[in-house]
Amino acid sequence: MRGDFPSMEIKLPKIKGGVIRIAVIAVVVLILLIGSIYQISPEEIGAILRFGKFVRTTDPGLHFKLPLGIERLTKVPVQRQLKMEFGFRTTRPGVRTEYRTTPETVRESVMLTGDLNVVVMEWIVQYKIKDPYNYLFKIRDVESTFRYMNEAVVRKAVGDNAVDEVLTIGRARIANDAKEELQTLCDLYEIGIEVNQLIFQDVNPPDPVKPSFNEVNEALQEKERKINEAWAEYNQIIPKARGEAEQTIRAAEGYAAERINNAEGDANRFQAIYKEYARAPLVTRKRLYLEAIIDILPKISKKIIFDENQKNIIPLLNLGEEVKK
Amino acid sequence: MKSTTRNIILIAVVFVALIVLLDALYVVSETNQVIITQFGEPIGDAITSPGMHIKAPFIQKANFFEKRWLEWDGDANQIPTKDKKYIWVDTYARWRISNPLVFFQRVRDERGAQSRIDDIIDGETRNAVANFDLIEIVRSSNREFEITEEVAILDLTTIIPKINTGREKIAQIILEASSQITPEFGVELKDVRIKRINYVEEVQQKVFDRMIAERQRISSNYRSEGDGRSAEIRGEKELELKKIQSGAYRKAQEIKGKADAEATRIYASAYNLDPEFYQFTKTLDTYRATLDKETWLLLSTESEFLKYLRDSRKR
Repeated sequence: MRGDFPSMEIKLPKIKGGVIRIAVIAVVVLILLIGSIYQISPEEIGAILRFGKFVRTTDPGLHFKLPLGIERLTKVPVQRQLKMEFGFRTTRPGVRTEYRTTPETVRESVMLTGDLNVVVMEWIVQYKIKDPYNYLFKIRDVESTFRYMNEAVVRKAVGDNAVDEVLTIGRARIANDAKEELQTLCDLYEIGIEVNQLIFQDVNPPDPVKPSFNEVNEALQEKERKINEAWAEYNQIIPKARGEAEQTIRAAEGYAAERINNAEGDANRFQAIYKEYARAPLVTRKRLYLEAIIDILPKISKKIIFDENQKNIIPLLNLGEEVKK
Repeated sequence: MKSTTRNIILIAVVFVALIVLLDALYVVSETNQVIITQFGEPIGDAITSPGMHIKAPFIQKANFFEKRWLEWDGDANQIPTKDKKYIWVDTYARWRISNPLVFFQRVRDERGAQSRIDDIIDGETRNAVANFDLIEIVRSSNREFEITEEVAILDLTTIIPKINTGREKIAQIILEASSQITPEFGVELKDVRIKRINYVEEVQQKVFDRMIAERQRISSNYRSEGDGRSAEIRGEKELELKKIQSGAYRKAQEIKGKADAEATRIYASAYNLDPEFYQFTKTLDTYRATLDKETWLLLSTESEFLKYLRDSRKR
């Protein structure tokens, strides 16, 4: 570089050499300075390569490196929570997030279950860059490799479960299995990624099959409704019948009490009367007889008295006419 | 004048020296490895350590190769399984240039390598998949399914046979077979995995039909279970109702009978004091109850009651 200065002197002889030198040096120093200062934001970490060789990482803040391409900087967002979507893509995140599916995302999401059925699975994985060195230098295309790993791992997990487990009871467990296996695979591949969460979003039967799955739910509802109705009827009738039974029994008990009390009463009355009768049987009989006659005779409207000797009176009575009345 | 000529010569020398130096120096990054060739002829081993290196300028050339693990993603292949089910199989693998020299000699660059790997893995995948039933490729263990009440009627154990090999091992078979060939062109192959398996269209439709049929079986099972259970409950209700009603009747009759018996005993023990007197008083009561104004009473003067009408003598 020094060799250039004399030639410049020749071209511009009018200007004072000293001023030019200072100006040139100032510019060079400025350029070198700009090339050596760099900033790392809080969520990042900086990896410095000197002639292509990894020499150090730098934490967030203002730092210096050697300029002129001697040391090069690569920033890695280690603190940032990264997310990958499978089976759909978010087109516009926000309060009302918009999603999009394409033939490729459909191929991503269709998979076979362990009972050889088909489910459509949408899931996301949240991850962080754990090891910037591995992330940058061990694998060329981390993103797509990680994507393939996800697909393989989730399919393997789903492939070992029945469709009903995938759709309902096994969801959380399968997602967790897949997450663990994915982490194991990340460690094996030295990909430098830490898997934070693997979450199954929409898990559905394929569209043509969906109505029959809904029908199962309807049938289940129907079953429960029928059983509930039957129980309702049961509960309506049986307690009532129990009440009525109780009523019948109480009525019988009432009858029994009445019957026995009446008997006791009658018996006691008879015994009382008999006690007195036994002392004077003849006169008591007469009295009772005549008392009865007194009671009875006034009630009877047709009283016919005949002499024992007049045997033929009965045929004369107009009995038929009386009956007709 | 003299010094100007010297200056020019100096500049020229420095310039040439700079060019020579720039060509002699080369940078190997963390992600690269280099093979030095002299007139196209490879010289020495691969340079893998990152940093600045020196070679002979102009006559030697630095050829850069990736040092990192590279991805390989095959196209999906339509392959019949051993049980004649047509499926799409999509695999991925990782590979790296393990011997840059051989790699450089045999396939030249990554594109060449990719197409060789395509051929090898696709072929081995075909061989492996065609040797196994579909279930072996889908499942990786003989884990028992957690059966919900819902699918219990489908009796999956009879539909789903046990596996002997499984997805993992089949991928392993593909890897082992493939990785025996790849060192021939300086490539190390790792982790062949099955990324996607899918039914081909026609098979898929049949699978959907089967899934629908399965669900319909579950639905109709629910329906008939509902009918059955509600009928059962109704029956239960009838039974209970009859039990309650007849039980009440029985108890009522028993109570009444006991009372009647007791009453009978009480009457008997009282009236037994003088049956004749009982008959007498009871008969009088009966007269009172039965004779009313409709009654015709024909009384003879011979009767007990009227005997004094005829004759008042004491008898």
